[in-house]
Amino acid sequence: MFLYSLTLHRATGVVCASIGSFVGGKSQEIVVARGKSLDLLRPDESGKVVTLHSVEVFGAIRSLVPFRLTGSQKDYLAVGSDSGRLVILEYSKERNCFDKVHQETFGKSGCRRIVPGQFLAVDPKGRALMVAACEKQKLVYVLNRDATARLTISSPLEAHKSYTITYSITGVDCGFDNPIFAAIELDYSEADRDPTGQAAAEAQKHLTFYELDLGLNHVSRKWSEPIDNGANLLVSVPGGGDGPSGVLVCAENFIIYRNQDHPEVRAVIPRRTDLPEERGVLIVSAATHRQKSMFFFLLQTEYGDVFKVTLEHEGDRVSELKIKYFDTFPVTSAMCVLKAGYLFAASEFGNHALYQFRAIGDGDDVESSSANLMETEEGFQPVFFQPRGLRNLALIDQIESLMPVMDMRVMNLFDEETPQIFTLCGRGPRSSVRILRPGLAINEMAVSQLPGAASAVWTVKKNVNDEFDAYMVVSFQNATLVLSIGETVEEVSDSKFLDTTPSLAVALLGEDSLMQVHPNGIRHIREDGRVNEWRTPGKKTIVKVGSNQFQVVIALSGGELIYFDMDMMGQLMEADKNEMPGDVACLAFAPIPEGRRRSRFLAVGSYDNTIRILSLDPDDGMQVLSVQSVSSPPESLLFLEVKASTGGEDGADHPASLFLNAGLQNGVLFRTVVDMVTGQLSDTRSRFLGLRAPKLFSCMVRGRQAMLCLSSRPWLGYIHQGHFLLTPLSYETLEYAASFSSDQCAEGIVAVAKDQLRVFTIERLGETFNETAIPLRYTPRRFVVLPKRKHLAIIESDKGAFTAEEREALRKECMEANGVGENGNTGAMDNGGEDGEERDEPMTDEQFGYPKAESDKWVSCIRILDPKSRETTCLLELQDNEAAFSVCTVNFHDKDNHGMLLAVGTGKGLTFFPKRTVEAGFIHIYKFVDEGRSLELLHKTQVDDVPLALCQFQGRLLAGIGSVLRLYDLGKKKLLRKCENKLFPRTIVSIHTYRDRIYIGDIQESFHYCKYRRDENQLYIFADDTVPRWLTAAHHIDFDTMAGADKFGNIYFARLPQDTSDEIEEDPTGGRIKWEQGKLNGAPNKVEEIVQFHVGDVVSCLQKASLIPGGGDSIIFGTVMGSLGALLAFTSREDVDFFSHLEMHMRQEHPPLCGRDHMAFRSAFFPVKDVIDGDLCEQFPTLPLDMQRKIADELDRTPSEILKKLEDIRNKII
Amino acid sequence: MASDRFNINSQLEHLQAKYVGTGHADQNRFEWAANINRDSYASYIGRHPMLAYIAIAENESIGRERYNFMQVSLSQPILLVSFCFGFR
Repeated sequence: MFLYSLTLHRATGVVCASIGSFVGGKSQEIVVARGKSLDLLRPDESGKVVTLHSVEVFGAIRSLVPFRLTGSQKDYLAVGSDSGRLVILEYSKERNCFDKVHQETFGKSGCRRIVPGQFLAVDPKGRALMVAACEKQKLVYVLNRDATARLTISSPLEAHKSYTITYSITGVDCGFDNPIFAAIELDYSEADRDPTGQAAAEAQKHLTFYELDLGLNHVSRKWSEPIDNGANLLVSVPGGGDGPSGVLVCAENFIIYRNQDHPEVRAVIPRRTDLPEERGVLIVSAATHRQKSMFFFLLQTEYGDVFKVTLEHEGDRVSELKIKYFDTFPVTSAMCVLKAGYLFAASEFGNHALYQFRAIGDGDDVESSSANLMETEEGFQPVFFQPRGLRNLALIDQIESLMPVMDMRVMNLFDEETPQIFTLCGRGPRSSVRILRPGLAINEMAVSQLPGAASAVWTVKKNVNDEFDAYMVVSFQNATLVLSIGETVEEVSDSKFLDTTPSLAVALLGEDSLMQVHPNGIRHIREDGRVNEWRTPGKKTIVKVGSNQFQVVIALSGGELIYFDMDMMGQLMEADKNEMPGDVACLAFAPIPEGRRRSRFLAVGSYDNTIRILSLDPDDGMQVLSVQSVSSPPESLLFLEVKASTGGEDGADHPASLFLNAGLQNGVLFRTVVDMVTGQLSDTRSRFLGLRAPKLFSCMVRGRQAMLCLSSRPWLGYIHQGHFLLTPLSYETLEYAASFSSDQCAEGIVAVAKDQLRVFTIERLGETFNETAIPLRYTPRRFVVLPKRKHLAIIESDKGAFTAEEREALRKECMEANGVGENGNTGAMDNGGEDGEERDEPMTDEQFGYPKAESDKWVSCIRILDPKSRETTCLLELQDNEAAFSVCTVNFHDKDNHGMLLAVGTGKGLTFFPKRTVEAGFIHIYKFVDEGRSLELLHKTQVDDVPLALCQFQGRLLAGIGSVLRLYDLGKKKLLRKCENKLFPRTIVSIHTYRDRIYIGDIQESFHYCKYRRDENQLYIFADDTVPRWLTAAHHIDFDTMAGADKFGNIYFARLPQDTSDEIEEDPTGGRIKWEQGKLNGAPNKVEEIVQFHVGDVVSCLQKASLIPGGGDSIIFGTVMGSLGALLAFTSREDVDFFSHLEMHMRQEHPPLCGRDHMAFRSAFFPVKDVIDGDLCEQFPTLPLDMQRKIADELDRTPSEILKKLEDIRNKII
Repeated sequence: MASDRFNINSQLEHLQAKYVGTGHADQNRFEWAANINRDSYASYIGRHPMLAYIAIAENESIGRERYNFMQVSLSQPILLVSFCFGFR
C-alpha cells in the first residue's frame, strides 16, 4: 500500500511570532511560525489580518528573530529550528516568497539537548546573533555586510559552558558598544554529584552577560550575578540614547530590572485575588513598545493578565519599576505591538486576536512598584487585583484556530452534498465543537423577495469609467424588472429597458450606451436617450447571446449566428453571419487583447457535444479555428485570462495565458488552454462540480477576474498566492449570478435563487474549510455520534478547576467584595470603574479563563448536543471530583427494553505527579430519555482504575481499565464482569472490534490483536507490535490492519501478515492460540508496519472517510496544532512511480526552507515507508519555470501535465 | 603523547566532553536516568506540539509547562507516562 499525504488545513496554532518590516519601507508585518509552516501576516487598512505568504518548511521552527543591519530599510529573519542550522531568510516582495540568504550548519539535526536552535537573540543594532541550546552550547555569529551591501555572516564563536541549563537569552541594547547578550543560566554540576538532592535544591540561577569583542573577535563571560531562582524570561530594555539599557528578568512572582553595576530593582507581579496561595505567577509572553520619547513593556502572565511595565530612569540609573494592570485576554504564546496601534495576540490555544489600542494604560488600575515593595518575614508582600473587562484594548479581528483538535469525526449529519467534519477544539472555557465544511465562507449582505421566480440577473454601469453599477436587471419568464442601485436598491421605469419581455442579456456597450437583448431583437439605448431596435428576421427568435464592450453575437433558433460590431459612431452594425450545423448551446467572446478593440476569438458550444473556436478577424469571415469535442453538451462558456505578471502581492511569475471554461450538462467543468495566437485548444482538464450543469459567470475577487460556477452548489475559481483554486462556496443552490459593486459593497455578487434576490460577498479566500463553532464548557475529550437522532454526546473535563457551583459562589463573593452584589445582578456585570459612567464589558470566562483550583480537583460534564439547532439538550455535571475520559454507545444484547445506552468511563481524584494515582474509577451507564434528548443515570460501577477505553462488543461492553481488558454485561444495579484479560503491558487507551477480533491500543506498547472465544468465554492476545508506540490515536482499517499515531508525531499502519491471519482464522478448536506462547512475554505473532510517516505534529484523531461525494476513502487526521490532513491510497502503480519520482526531484531541487533535510524530517523517528509527501509535491508550481521544466523533462512530461496530476490527486481527496 | 591521543580512554573522554550524556564505566543508575530525562525534556521543550499536548493534560499554560520542564531537568528523574493519560 502506498499513500499520498496531504495537509488539508494548515496548522493554526502559533509557536512563536515576531514583528518586523520584511517587505521593506514603512509597513510592518508579523511573521508567525506554526510549527511546520512559516506565515507572513499583515493587518490591512480595515484591521483584518491578511496572510501574505505561507510556506511549509518541513521542520520544527522553534524560534524566530528579526534583525536589521544599521541603515537598512528592511528586516531579515533568523530562524532557529530542529535542523541543526541557522537559517537567515529575506522576504522577496517581487516573488512573494522567503529567500534563504544564509544557512550555517552547527550541529546534528533534531531537537536535542545541546544542539542550539531553541533560543535566538540578536543584538538590537543587528551586529551579532546568538543561538543557544537548552544546555551547554551557545554560538555567536557576527553579522556584517560586504561591499555590495549583502549580508555576510562570520564563522561561529563559541560561548559554551558545560553543565549549564539556559532558560532564556536576549540581546542587550548597549548602543554601538560591543554587543552583549544576556542569559539566565543554571549550573547543575553540583546537583549531579550530590545524590541526596540537597545541592539540587540549593542550585542558584545566574544572569550572565556575554560580551562579543568585535575587535578581538572573541566572546567572553563578562558578568555573572545570582538572580531570583524563579527566573524564566529575559526582556531587553532599550539602551543607547533611548533608555537605561539592561534587562528585565521575569521571574515567578517578580519582575526585576538588572544591569551591570546597577542595584537590582524589583517589583512584585500583582496576583488575582482568587489565585490559590501556593501558585506562582509566571510571565509567558512579552512585547516591547518603543517610541522616540518613551517605551514600555507588555507582559502576560500564565493566567492571561497583561501588565504594563514602565521604568523611571534618569540616564542609565533606574529609580523605579512600575507594574500596572493593563487588560486580560487569553494566554498567548507571543504578542506583537504594531506601530499602527494594534496588538497581535497569538493565543496558545484557540482563536488568535488583533486588538486595537484605545489607551495605553494611563487609567487608575492596580499598580505595583519597586518603590513600595514590602518585605516581611514570609517574603515579599503580594499586591492583589481583580481582573476586569478590556479597557485599554478593543478587539477588532479574530483569526480562527482549531488548535488543539481533540477529536474529530467526518460525517454527513446534515444530509448535505458533502460530509461535514465535526471537531472538538480548544481548551477550558474557550473550547468548542467546530463543524467544518469544505468551501469558502460567504457573507450574506441582503436577501429580498422578488415578485416571481427569476431566471437571470445582470448588473450594468452607465459609463465605462463609473466605479459602481447603476442598474440591476432581473429577468422573469415574461417580464424584465429594472432596479437602480444607489443608497438603496429600488425599481425604476425611466431606464428605457423593455420590461414586457424576458431578457437574454443586458450589458454596457461602447463607452456609455446600454444594450438589452430579448428573444425578438436587440435594443440599443444610447446615452442621449435614443433607442435603436434591431428585430430578428421572420419568425426566428434569439436563443443565445454573447457580448463584450464592442462586439455582440447572437444565435438564432436553427443555428444561425449573427455577429455585430460597433462602429466608430457607436452604432451597432451587422458584420458577419455564419450557419452552425445545429442549435447553439452557448457563446462566449475571448477577452479583448490589450491595446486592441476587438476580441479575436468566439467560442461556440453546440448540442452535438462540441466547442468550436471561431475567428473574428474581418478577413477570416468567422472561420472555425479549432474544434474540441466534449463528453456532454456544453451549457455555459467563459474565457478566463490570466494576465502576465511578475509577482506582486500574490504570486510568482506567470506568463499570460487564456483558459476556456465550459460547464457541461453532466455537471462537469471542462477547462482548456487556448493558444492566444492560433486559437488552438490544448491541455484539457475536467472536474465534476455537481448534479446540475455549471453556469459560469465572471466576477471580481480582490481586483482580479475570477469565475463563479453555479451547479448544484456554487463554486469559485480564483487565483490565490499564485495558484488557481476551485473551491465550493458554502451557500445554497443559485440560479444565475452577476458581479455587483456599489458603495456599500465593492466586490459583491448578486444572484437569484427561485424568487429571491441575494447579495453576498466572499470572505477568507484561500481557506479550504469554513467553520461554525458551538461553544462548550470544559476541554472536550471525546465524543460519539448518536446516529438515530443525529445528536452528539460529548464528554468534557478539566483539571485544576472549580465546579460550576463553586465558580458561581466565588463570583458572588468577589462581587460582594466589590460592593455591587446588592444590585441583584447575577454576575453578568462587573462595575469595575470608580465612576459609574465607565462600565466595563461583562467578565466572560472565555476572556479570563476559569479560576485555578488545586491541581487534584477535576470538573467534568457530559453533554448531548444537537448540532443542527446548535442546542444543548442535556448537560450533566459530574459530581464528587470525577472526570470523564471515555464514552461509547452500547446496546446490550438481551436487554432490549433499554435500547441504546451511553457508557461513560470516569476517574475520581486523578493526579499525575509524582506518580499517577486515582481514588477510583467508574463506569456510568446512562439511559436516553425524552426522545434521546436527555440522559438518566441507570447505575454506576466502581472499577479499580480509570476506564480509558470503552467499546461495544457482541452485545456487551468491553472496557480497558488500566492494563486490564474486561467484558461486562448489564445487570440491574451494576455491570457484571463476564471475562477479563490482565496481560496488557501498561494502559489500554483504545479498543476497536471487528467480528470476533478485538484490537487493543496500549498507551506505550502499540497495538495488540485479541480474539474472543465465546464457547470458552476467554480473551486471547494473539499478536502484538514489535515497536513501542505511545499511542495517541487509532483507527480500524480492515480485518488485519490498524492505523495508529504516536505522541512523537508519527502515523503508522500495522498489519497482521496474511498467512498468520489465515492460520488464526482456520484454527477450529482455538487450541493453538490458547497454548501458543510468545517470547519475552510478548504475543506469539507479530504485526508488521506497512506504512510509516512523520507528520511533525501530535496526531490526536484518525478516521477513514471520504470528503467528496462518490470519492474514495482516505485517512483524515487532526492534530494538536490544529491542522487537518489526509492520506490517500494510490490506486495505480503508475501514479506511485510518478509521484515518488516527483518527490525525489523536489527533494533534490527544492530543499526545505529552514534547512532540515526533507527525507530526514519525514523519517525523524522511524524511516518513512510507502508514503509520498504531497505537501512537498505541491510546492512544484512555486519553483522557477526553468526548474519546473527541468524536472518535467526528467519525468518525461510537461510542467502542465505535472500540475494537472497534482490537481487531480488533490481533487480525489477534497 | 601521540599514543595517548589514540588510546581508547582519551577518546572516550573526548566524547564525554563533546557529547553531553555519554556514559562511562562508573555511571550509576541515577546518572543514567537523569541523562535520559534531560534528553527527553529537551526534546519536549523543542517540540511545540508535544508541549501543547502535555499542557492540555495538565491544564496549564504552555509557557508554564516549558518552565517546569527546564526546572525538573535539573533534579529527580520522573517518567512521563501519565501525561499521555491526561490528554484523554
